[in-house]
This record gives sequence, C-alpha cells and structure tokens, in this order.
Amino acid sequence: MTEQGIYLDNNATTRVDPEVLAEMLPLFTEHFGNPSSMHGFGAAVGGKIEWARKQVQALLGAAHDSEIVFTSGGTESDNTAILSALEAYPKKRSIVTSVVEHPAVLSLCEYLEKKRGYTVHRIGVDGQGNLDMDAYKAALGPDVAIVSIMWANNETGTIFPIEELATLAKAAGAVFHTDAVQAVGKIPMKLADSAVDMLSLSGHKLHAPKGIGALYVKRGLRFRPMLRGGHQERSRRAGTENAPGIVGLGAAAQLALLHMTDENTRVKALRDKLEKAILAAVPACFVTGNPANRLPNTCNIAFEYIEGEAILLLLNEHGIAASSGSACTSGSLEPSHVMRAMGVPYTAAHGATRFSLSRETTEAEIDRVIEVVPGIIAKLRSLSPYWSQGGATKEFAPVYS
Amino acid sequence: MWNYTDKVKEHFFNPKNAGALDEANAVGEVGSITCGDALKLMMKVNPDTQVIEEAKFQTFGCGSAIASSSALTEMIIGKTVDEALVVTNRDIAEYLGGLPPEKMHCSVMGAEALRAAIANYKGEEWVDDHEEGELVCKCFGIDAAMIERAVTVNNLTTLEEVTHYTKAGGSCQTCHEKIEEVLEAVLAKTGALDKPKAHPPGTVGLDAIKPLAPKAEAPAAPAKLTNVQRMQKIMVAIEELRPQIQRDGGDVELVDIDGKDIYVRLTGACSGCSQSAGTMMGVQAKLVEALGEFVRVKPASLLPAGA
Repeated sequence: MTEQGIYLDNNATTRVDPEVLAEMLPLFTEHFGNPSSMHGFGAAVGGKIEWARKQVQALLGAAHDSEIVFTSGGTESDNTAILSALEAYPKKRSIVTSVVEHPAVLSLCEYLEKKRGYTVHRIGVDGQGNLDMDAYKAALGPDVAIVSIMWANNETGTIFPIEELATLAKAAGAVFHTDAVQAVGKIPMKLADSAVDMLSLSGHKLHAPKGIGALYVKRGLRFRPMLRGGHQERSRRAGTENAPGIVGLGAAAQLALLHMTDENTRVKALRDKLEKAILAAVPACFVTGNPANRLPNTCNIAFEYIEGEAILLLLNEHGIAASSGSACTSGSLEPSHVMRAMGVPYTAAHGATRFSLSRETTEAEIDRVIEVVPGIIAKLRSLSPYWSQGGATKEFAPVYS
Repeated sequence: MWNYTDKVKEHFFNPKNAGALDEANAVGEVGSITCGDALKLMMKVNPDTQVIEEAKFQTFGCGSAIASSSALTEMIIGKTVDEALVVTNRDIAEYLGGLPPEKMHCSVMGAEALRAAIANYKGEEWVDDHEEGELVCKCFGIDAAMIERAVTVNNLTTLEEVTHYTKAGGSCQTCHEKIEEVLEAVLAKTGALDKPKAHPPGTVGLDAIKPLAPKAEAPAAPAKLTNVQRMQKIMVAIEELRPQIQRDGGDVELVDIDGKDIYVRLTGACSGCSQSAGTMMGVQAKLVEALGEFVRVKPASLLPAGA
C-alpha cells in the first residue's frame, strides 16, 4: 500500500519502476549526446539505445533487433502500422479491425473510411467479448491491405487468438498488425515464429515512462514511414531519439521478462481472489469479458443499477484507484463501446468497473478493497431509483430524453 | 478527474434528502439511460398553501448528477410550486458553485424532473422537449444537438456561421473539426451537400459545403475551336513551357498535330535523359489544360512513317 493509496488502474498506466528510472537518469545530464553525432558524447548514447533494442527484442521473441522501431507510444505505433500498410499496398482499399479496438485504431479507421474512402470491416464480438471468427474469415479478401486486431482488450482483458488471426490474414494476402499494448509483458511471445507482421507496444503500460513505445516490423515487410526526416531508426521513424525513454523501455522490458511468471501466478491469484470476494459479497453484479481467457491482471465487474463515476469517486475517498466504462467518466454521452459491443445492458454498462493489478499489488491491498467495495455499492444503490429494498425495481420508468 | 467544486463534493458525498418519499403527491421521473442518468424527484406539496414541504430524490448517475439532485431538493423546499417553477438548470449549477461543461446536462435533468413533478401534481401531461447530443464546444458548452438545430433552422453552411449563431468554436477553436463534422452530417441529410462521394478524397471540408460558386461559365459548352485556333493554342502553350525546359539545358519543339495525337521533339539535354518521360507528361498536362480536351503527347520518333 503506497502512501498515495491502492493503485488498481494499471491498464491505464503504471508506475515507473525505480530500477527503470535509475537506468534513465544518466541519459539526462551525463550521457546527453545525440546518438547521430560523431563524437564520444553521441557514441555512449548510441550504445545504450542498441542495448535497449535488444531487451525489447528479447521480450517479444523477435528474430532481429532491427525489427524494433522506437516510437512515442502505442498510438503512434498503431497509426504508423496502419498507414504504412495502406501506402505500401495502394491498390488495396479495405481494412479489417474489430469493434472493441482502442480509439488509436478505431478513430483512425473511421477517419480513413470517412475522408479517404477506405472500406472498414469491423468484426463483432459475442457476449463474452470473443471475436466472431466466421465474420472475420468472411471479411478477408484480396482487397484487404491490413488487418489490425488487438491482442488483449484493455477494458476486459479478453485475449484474441492472434496467431490464428494472423495466419488467416497472411493466407488472404493481408498485412497483419496487432495492438499488443496490454498484452506485452503479460503474455509470453515469440514473434520470430509468428505470422504477426507488426505489433504495437507502449512503455507506460509496463513500468516504463509515458511517451515511449515501439513498433515491431517483421524483416522483409514493405514499410512506409509516417514521420519523415532524419535517418533515425533506419529511416523508419525520423526524429532525434528519445534516448532516456528508449533506455527506460529497455530496462522495463528486461524486468517484464523477469516478472512474467509472477504476473501469471501471484498477481493472477490476487485478481481471482478480489473478483471472487466481490461477486460473493455484492448482489446483482457480474464479470464482463471472458473469465476463462483473459489477461492475468484484469478484472472488470459490472455493478447493476448504479453509475461508474460515482463508484470511482467513493473508491477514491478510500484511496482506491480504479476505472470505469461509464459515459460520465469519459465526458461522452455513451458508455464504453466495448461494453455495448458485448451487449451489456445500459444499466450495467454504466456501472462497469475495472480493477487492473500489477506486480506491485499486494495481498493487503486486495483485502482492503474487498472490505470497502460492498459498502460503496450498497450506498449508491440506496440512492438509485432502479433499486429498492435490496433488489431491482421494475416500477421506475422515467421519461427518457 | 473532474474539477468538482467543494459544494459539488459535499452534496455528492453527503447528499441531502436522498431516498424514497412515500407520502409524495408530486413525482417526476426523467432521465437518459444511454447517457447514464436517471432521476426520480418526489415532493410533498401542501394543497392549501401550495408550499413544497418535503422533497426527496433517487438518482442513477455520476457525482454531479447526484449533487445536482441533492441541491435541487434543498433549493425548492419551502417554496411554493409557482416559485419553484422559476428555478432553472443554471440556478442549480450556480448553487453548486459551477459544473464542468460536460456535466451541465446533470443540472438540466434536475430542472426537468422539477417540471415533471409539478406537472404531475397539477395533473398535467409533461412532455420532454429537450434533446441533447455530444458536447462539441467545451468553452461555451454547446452540444451537437444545438448545432444541428442552429444549422437546420437558419440554413447555415459554414463553420463561421455556426460560430456566429451559437458561439461554438469561437474561443479556443480546437473543436472546429467536430463542428465541421456535424455541419457536414446535417447538410448531407438535407441534401444541401452535393453528393459527398463526388469530392476527391481528402477535400471534403468547408469549401465543399459552401454553395457551389457559379463556375465561371467556362464549362457551359465551350465553342468548338477551329483547326487554326486549336493549333495556335498548342503553339502558345508550348512556347510558354520552353523557358522552363531550357533552364534545364533542353528544349521542346512542336512537330505535328494529328487529331488527338500531338508530336513533339525533345532536344538538347532532354534527348536521352532519363527524365524525358516525365517531361513529356508535363507537356501533355499543359496541353490538356490549355485545350480543355484530352490529347496524347508523343515523341516525334513515333510519327507514322510516310506522314
């Protein structure tokens, strides 16, 4: 339990690991040179960057370190991957993606559809967030330039069968990209033996700082840069390298590999404990996503008849940080597109609350959350017109605007 | 994290008058489940004095929805029904020391529940006449529904007009793309926008939305050129191009005109240059533009034998 409280919002961002920070600090004032420079100041930094590249290569199980392109984060990696494939295959005019992608992919696809005339196939999911494989196979065809489907969902943690999807895409002649921002560091990967062409990852989801990420680009894949300029990253991503960030990501990748087992055993057990206890103590709530196939750190519970922002504010009063798919928390008028895609009813979607753990989460923290949650839910339900005397009421039927 | 005032927090964490009111004789139920707000306002009105003696609420919603409901009950208790009717959503927001622009609709819901409850008390039918859309302009709190109305009612066609009528986009200007999207959607619906698909990719913007400017008459069936006029136009166009090509050490000369086929000879540095195909393309583009008809530019070496 840190001084600031109990942090269970690690799918939003993670704390920079002190070891990561220690690796980064010399890059600011000591090894501050430009790696492109011909003098010793630059050379020292260049060496650190290549070290970092090897760490990321190892975490992904990539065949070559030159397949790693450092970027500013997941969003830039996603945009680069999709735009690169479209430019490399200008005659192909279709994109395949899923309805539950991150906005970094969805918004771009919507833009390309509206303003650039591309056809976008958005593959739906079932009630547990599993991809509709028949629809996916039907969408693939000679006109598809790129398939972009996330490895694991950020809201529910549900994992997609990436290898199968990639193999099918390759058979149809399409480039396959995956947004693996949530999966990297939690799911073991061996991209050297994989059909995946491109993969996005983000530093700040795995205890590196914000503002650094990477795009894996398989050797031999046709690639077109999004940022043009200097020759950095073998001309695939121009701009002076974010050296401290890159070294931080390298250190974080090394640590992630080291802690992968812990994430999948101890952290997973804590997640399961939390989930089981809440389901047992709170009536009218359920787990969203596919409990049998999801990230080890993520648990998303929909509390019916109450609203997510109110839950978060009360949790915050107890020093507990979580997140919600409700409309109000995002400032939009609709609850999370992921909840709606799974057909979760509005009365539950607004109360969907995500607890995302990390390797820093302790059992004492989980026990504290288990203690606090039932009271918060009961308090809000006592205010809810949909709820009376310990159960849902059918009587309330407001005039909807 | 929202920037809630202390007053909002106070009414959220310790709401006043929460719960059911069994002896209520005025009940208003409003809400929007997609947006995630619903409010049941219950009041006990004294039939003799018309004074609201008690008011309670139940709310499904976020922090500011609960705070707005709580504030509303505090504001109306002790007022007569007619006095309460004067309370607006702005009053509720002010009572709370202000709400973030995205959350103003919470206060609207409070004001509506009040009107619904009073209508219920008077035995009248209450019809919700407000609609709400995604917040577009955060500076002035203008949502998509309001922009749509302004565009439809006033036949607006440009971003500037939308700003004049609604203030949306007039301050920080970061929402201009969103306003354009709403504008395009409305105009597409009303047919004012000429088949959006007809625009080349990437150019559907404000220019496309503006009523088409009369196209300088030109395309209105250009008088057919005589052979001599046509030849002169071609010669003038090539003369105009020559200085440019000469700068690169080359030159171009018109050899023959055979209907749609125009034969030229590239000389000097151009002959044998790897870029000569590009130069030919440039000459062709220039001639197509000058003549207003499609022509093919070919090297003189391709002139049919014996011509």
